[in-house]
Amino acid sequence: MVMQVTFNLNGKQVSASVEPRLTLGDCIRHTFAQTGTHIGCEHGVCGACTVIVDGDPVRSCLMLAVQAEGSEVTTVEGLSNDEYLTPLQQSFRTHHALQCGFCTPGFITTAHAFLTKEPDATEERVREVLSGNVCRCTGYLGIVEAVLAAQPAYRK
Amino acid sequence: MVRTPLIGQPIERIEDLRLLRGKGCYVDDIQRPGLLHAAISRSSIAHGIIKSIDVSAAKEVDGVHLVLTAKDLPQPTPTVPIRLFPNEKMIPLCQPVLAEKKVRYVGEPLAIVIAETPASAEDALELIYADIEQLEAISTTDDNRALLFDNLDTNCGLVYYFKKGDMTGIFESADYTRSEKFHVHRHTGVTMETRGVVSEWDAEKGKITSWGAVKVPFANRRILASLMNLREESVEMIEGDAGGSFGVRGEFFPEDFLVPHCARILNRPVKWIEDRREHLLAVSHARDADCVLEIACRKDGRILGMRADIKTNVGAYFRPTTAITPRNLGQFVLGPYRVPGYEASVSAMHSNKSPSGTYRGPGRYEADFFRERLFDLVAKDLNIDRVEFRRRNLLREDELPCAFPSVEPNPVLTELDSGAYEEVLDICLKEVKWDEKQHLQGQLVDGLYHGLAIACFVEGGAAGPRENAKVVLESDGTVSIYVGSSAVGQGLQTILMQIAADELELPLEKLRLFHGSTTYVKEGFGSFHSRSTVMGGNAIMLAATELKRQILEAAAEIMQCSANEVTYQDGIVIAENGSSVALEAIADRKLSYEASFANTKHTYTYGSHAVHLTVDPETGRVTILDYIAVEDAGRIINPLTLHGQGIGAIVQGLGGTLLENLVYGEDGQMLSASLADYLLPLATDFPNIRSISVELRRSPNHPLGAKGAGEGGTIPAGGLIANAVAAALESLGVQPLQLPLTPDRVWLMIQDAELARSTAAASVA
Repeated sequence: MVMQVTFNLNGKQVSASVEPRLTLGDCIRHTFAQTGTHIGCEHGVCGACTVIVDGDPVRSCLMLAVQAEGSEVTTVEGLSNDEYLTPLQQSFRTHHALQCGFCTPGFITTAHAFLTKEPDATEERVREVLSGNVCRCTGYLGIVEAVLAAQPAYRK
Repeated sequence: MVRTPLIGQPIERIEDLRLLRGKGCYVDDIQRPGLLHAAISRSSIAHGIIKSIDVSAAKEVDGVHLVLTAKDLPQPTPTVPIRLFPNEKMIPLCQPVLAEKKVRYVGEPLAIVIAETPASAEDALELIYADIEQLEAISTTDDNRALLFDNLDTNCGLVYYFKKGDMTGIFESADYTRSEKFHVHRHTGVTMETRGVVSEWDAEKGKITSWGAVKVPFANRRILASLMNLREESVEMIEGDAGGSFGVRGEFFPEDFLVPHCARILNRPVKWIEDRREHLLAVSHARDADCVLEIACRKDGRILGMRADIKTNVGAYFRPTTAITPRNLGQFVLGPYRVPGYEASVSAMHSNKSPSGTYRGPGRYEADFFRERLFDLVAKDLNIDRVEFRRRNLLREDELPCAFPSVEPNPVLTELDSGAYEEVLDICLKEVKWDEKQHLQGQLVDGLYHGLAIACFVEGGAAGPRENAKVVLESDGTVSIYVGSSAVGQGLQTILMQIAADELELPLEKLRLFHGSTTYVKEGFGSFHSRSTVMGGNAIMLAATELKRQILEAAAEIMQCSANEVTYQDGIVIAENGSSVALEAIADRKLSYEASFANTKHTYTYGSHAVHLTVDPETGRVTILDYIAVEDAGRIINPLTLHGQGIGAIVQGLGGTLLENLVYGEDGQMLSASLADYLLPLATDFPNIRSISVELRRSPNHPLGAKGAGEGGTIPAGGLIANAVAAALESLGVQPLQLPLTPDRVWLMIQDAELARSTAAASVA
């Protein structure tokens, strides 16, 4: 059985016939070939697959592609451009907030959605929000510093 | 203007520009036309005899192209070979790529399915029926109720023997001896990217290409070529980005044969991506060792001798790096200390658990827990301050180099190279404010017990035998550098380019570094044993030196003078008469050189860690208030990436000590096969971590002077935390001898100690 799904992916309308069991993560990666979103655990723990759906960070391994019908979906590609690193990305680079880079897209999307809503959060709150994503390389120190240092760029 | 060297600068990583934009290329990102997908049927029984495997229904599933069991493979069934320290005794203990007559762990591959989509391949798995006659599952190192291998009369696969000095009479005549039994639990690397392979067969050329090689692509090419009966030139391994290795990922696994084998049969590209449950079941596990450690001292605490009887639970089979852990265990029990006499045996014990391999600080994490924990118990017995006990026994500089204990079989001679061990201990004590905080030791403040501890360690690095690097002056005047080292997320590209930039006196923009394919250089050895910076860096220095010589010669020819009348500076060749030639002018001469750096002596980074923590007696929860690691890496290439390695390694060490545990039930089922059960450290767990790197003593054994680093943060964590918990709970009589120190286990230790005290009180009354 296949179903038709249409949603906005990084500013473009996309549409495909998919099996209803296809996750949003697999759909983004394999149907629409946007491989910046990474699949780390497929049971909603690691957060590597986090994408932003209508403003909220969502585990794309726990959401079905067909549930995204009509939504606006943003991935790390949608938060990037070829010319320069965004302030959040540059902050990650400056603070050495990534090593292998596999979890990084999930941290970028999580942090972007969070900073957009709470640009003045305390370090404790930053750690609490980031504790939904697993990084195995950095020990989180650089990631927390990077997110805190990126706050000014999100203040109105 | 004098050029500022890039070595020693916190250069932002070149890799980040891609990775931060989601433009990395990990193995699941590889797409090939006509790609098929593999899924592996795995044993749900820990130990048993295979009666039959029925795959007929699976073959009928829509979209399924191929289903193979061991019977369908070339005979004899290929096995995964040993990469490091192979020994003939291991040969019958190696893993068949698909289980043949017996299954020996839950997760062992039984069959492979190839289908149009990953989902249809997984649908077919559901229809594979394995009839397995169950045998007793073995999970510990002292259990011979059932034997894993018919050709052995116990479950002991191999015993290593270690020796140093003369042990005669040491224990008999010592003022003081003590023996203690310890256990370290099973845990492992758990990379964020699971394993994966994409393989494509080129029928015309008779060539196989595999993507997803990590860590040791050249070794794996050799293995795959031999298993597929191909010449090495007919096998290409392409690295891509690696979502972490930590030692566990990137060795040759059964799937690394099965996937290319199926691609060749079907003449279609095949992809296999491990899921998280498979990863926890079937990736190399680590640690899991029992130890009886004995010590003989003088009254003043000076160590006379140590003895160790260690059994390490290597799981079902010997695999490429299984031998490393027992060997390191035996060799690193002594750490940076002066121990005149030493004797040990380390038995590699088989069990019905996933086969083990190396994981960050292999054997050393365990050995340091045994030793440092025992030292605190001894210091207490002898009424000597724990710091003073370590000072009296740390090797002094005039005692270095100091030989490691000998090891048999497969002997290797190595020695601690250089170090100011006590100086680093003092820095660490100062940083943690040891003296100022002693009044808190064991105190109950606001319902929490405080404890502090200190530990010293050495870390091995720079394993040989060689590494290759090729430098090429390109037609546009830039220099390309090709290396056989591999990147596993540690920032290798940036580090090696810093070394190359300094050697060639060029800005980073003029350099391009290539790694990640077995076609770039003649041979390569990869990333393990903290070796890439030292080995790859020295190879680049050698190649660059020769390229500069060639450049001088070519430029001299243009300027019509002899090569000794010209000098090279910042990418320009200047003659004595003032004329000059830029690299661009000689770029058409195809200058290049491939160098190989060989070594026999390893590097030994060393240092001290200290911790101040609290224990909540109501919940058993351990909270780190301050953790400080000080280590001397000889020469720091990039302080930014080294600091990242330091912090990351500490948090892995703390995760392994306080959270992570690969738990098996008595029936050999794994009870922690999800990330909800196997707890990885999160951003809220360990916020108060500091890592300080110093440059006190370079390695005397190679030109670069750096020492392999990145594992030292993990190595002392277990012993250190256990000692601090013991210090915190001293008034309750809790002395942890086993890891992990999860809240439930700490709480139970407190209850047990209380019960023991009240029983003792009752019997006195």
